[in-house]
Amino acid sequence: MSEAAIETVGLGKRYQRRWALEDCTFRIPRGHVVGLVGPNGAGKSTLLNLAAGLLAPSAGSIKVLGEQPARDAAQLARVGFVPQDAALYGWLSIEGHLRLGEHCNPQWDAKAAHARLAELGLSTRQRAGKLSGGQRAQLSLTIALAKCPELLLLDEPVASLDPLARREFLGLLMSTVAGRDVSIVLSSHLVSDIERVCDYLIVLVDSRVRVAGEIEELLAGHHRLIGLRQPGVAAPANQTVIAARETDRQRMLVVRSDGPVVETGWEIESINLEDLVLAYMGEGAARQAQLPTTQAAP
Amino acid sequence: MIEFYLDAKSGVAPYLQLVHQVRRALKLGALRAGDQLPTVREVVTRIAINPNTVFKAYRELEHEGLVAARAGVGTFVTATTSDDVIATLVPIRHDLEQWLVRARAAGLDEDSIEALFRDTFRSERYVAS
Repeated sequence: MSEAAIETVGLGKRYQRRWALEDCTFRIPRGHVVGLVGPNGAGKSTLLNLAAGLLAPSAGSIKVLGEQPARDAAQLARVGFVPQDAALYGWLSIEGHLRLGEHCNPQWDAKAAHARLAELGLSTRQRAGKLSGGQRAQLSLTIALAKCPELLLLDEPVASLDPLARREFLGLLMSTVAGRDVSIVLSSHLVSDIERVCDYLIVLVDSRVRVAGEIEELLAGHHRLIGLRQPGVAAPANQTVIAARETDRQRMLVVRSDGPVVETGWEIESINLEDLVLAYMGEGAARQAQLPTTQAAP
Repeated sequence: MIEFYLDAKSGVAPYLQLVHQVRRALKLGALRAGDQLPTVREVVTRIAINPNTVFKAYRELEHEGLVAARAGVGTFVTATTSDDVIATLVPIRHDLEQWLVRARAAGLDEDSIEALFRDTFRSERYVAS
């Protein structure tokens, strides 16, 4: 169990000239529910597809559950993947989907899948094409879970769902986490959802990982500092500036704290997850923020 | 039985919100000794939160002596809000009141008092951790 859920070293993926993912090195321990956030085109889907073994890296390496993704049938069976558009066959009945899944997977929990569909009030005779968005998402998740995967990858699973369907989908996902040992990585734009269900965060911006870690630790280790703007006065010691905003008088910083703020004249506030994510996403703010810290170096 | 909810805008950590809701239910008598709390699985399915959040809340309540976990069965209320807890709060509150009087006498307004408390609380936590 010591191997990581996902471990990458210098991972990169290039589509022709453009790098969709570049120089990613991180390690996600097992047993977490990981939220993957970032602007559109930041590389979230690329990262998930690499982890699922649907893409091969252009640079560096990725290990999933200690092995190369999609190396063999046994590795594939350990990983479940729910792609963005809930890949289902419209003309095929729910029963057909379950039989297909059973046929393709050595381990298949048909009983649990049927129980779940009954709970959702879905008749197995219905065709997938006739289902609502929420039902399609639930079916796609049910199929992925019936594989009994050790790692479940979900690409924007709730993006197209209404609030009620979203809540039910995430509720089902969390009941799975409560029931057995499974690691989950899901990408989402909705920080409020991530805040509820995830305990680990990865922020991807411009094809690179900006920050990764346990959410509780990230929230405890970041602060908002508000102080007067004074020429030549840098950010306090022990604080790494992530984002900075200035008016002619005031400075507002979002910092990563490696120790307490000892200087006076700063008001210190805790930060919520949404502001933390936004601080890492705002690239302009980050570059501007480099200035004061470098000036501060003696 | 208690029905949990989560207020995303409150800024209070989710596990603490659950703790507060149990404490309040105890105070109001909605939960009594012997009552079972919903299982972790029930809570996470219903309000779609990470199981660890519920575990953490239940651990905290256990730590306070309000509930006890019975292996394989569930988590049960052991005490209605204990008089002991209230008894320890009284002198601490008294000290705080005296401190507030001194802070006001020194000319601090509400906001400054709050800011001072928060800063001190936070830097003390750094030292403690």
